[in-house]
Amino acid sequence: MQTPLTCDQMVTYLNVVPDDDLVFKALADPTRRFLLDLLFARDGRTLTELESELEMTRFGVMKHLRVLEEAGLVVSRRSGREKLHFLNPVPIRQIHDRWIDKYTAHHALTLIDLKSELEDK
Amino acid sequence: MTSTTPRTVQVYRIYIQATPEAVWTAITDPEWSQRYGYRSPAHFELRPGGRYRGLASPEMTAAGAPEVAVEGEIVEVDPPRRLVQTWHPVWGREAAAEPATRLTYEIDESSPGVTRLTVVHDVTDAPSVAGMVAGEVPNAGGGWSEVLSDLKTLLETGKPLAG
Repeated sequence: MQTPLTCDQMVTYLNVVPDDDLVFKALADPTRRFLLDLLFARDGRTLTELESELEMTRFGVMKHLRVLEEAGLVVSRRSGREKLHFLNPVPIRQIHDRWIDKYTAHHALTLIDLKSELEDK
Repeated sequence: MTSTTPRTVQVYRIYIQATPEAVWTAITDPEWSQRYGYRSPAHFELRPGGRYRGLASPEMTAAGAPEVAVEGEIVEVDPPRRLVQTWHPVWGREAAAEPATRLTYEIDESSPGVTRLTVVHDVTDAPSVAGMVAGEVPNAGGGWSEVLSDLKTLLETGKPLAG
């Protein structure tokens, strides 16, 4: 989605609708995939908990989490004084619906064609 | 730091090109809820203490589900922004034996013409329901990810996802 350029991008950026580009870019990094795996294993973790699993500065982990949040793959919520991070699997599902289904359907059809052809002989 | 009993919470978020009112209607009107996700018409008595009844889809009925597959009670109603309810499947022995779960819908306009829908499902002490709504149970549907993906497609294109 196109958004007009403004001077307050830092403020409005998280309100931009995440698109496929942001999701693919977020996934194209081993540390960020590892963070998603950590949340998949146990959801709702604090930055401190996530940081303890990585050999990286707190600031570095924060930067990666921000990229994941901007892509919609991580949703953070306040719980009392803590900020908890949750894996949001919906963008991955949408990529699945948009890309994977399409090609696996084609793949399956090709195999069905091959099967009929071989069986006709 | 205060320590509380750990809760098991699942969070799902999707952005939909529709108004918050349209998203609210798609969730609370059975004419809409039977058109996406599990195709199960959901009836809400939209007041605190009101009943929630998720009726079995034809597919669920064919598989032996009772007329009301999911029961619940409305906790909080703030149209079109916030809806809190309990959610308790009565179909499926394991899920039915678990305590009721708590479901919160948060709806807000994230930018003009775009609505952000966040579903927070507190499935504490209900591992079977947790697996079901996460789409981890084979042949039992794709859970919230599929439901929300389908809801988005229906609202944006007028047609649900195939299948």
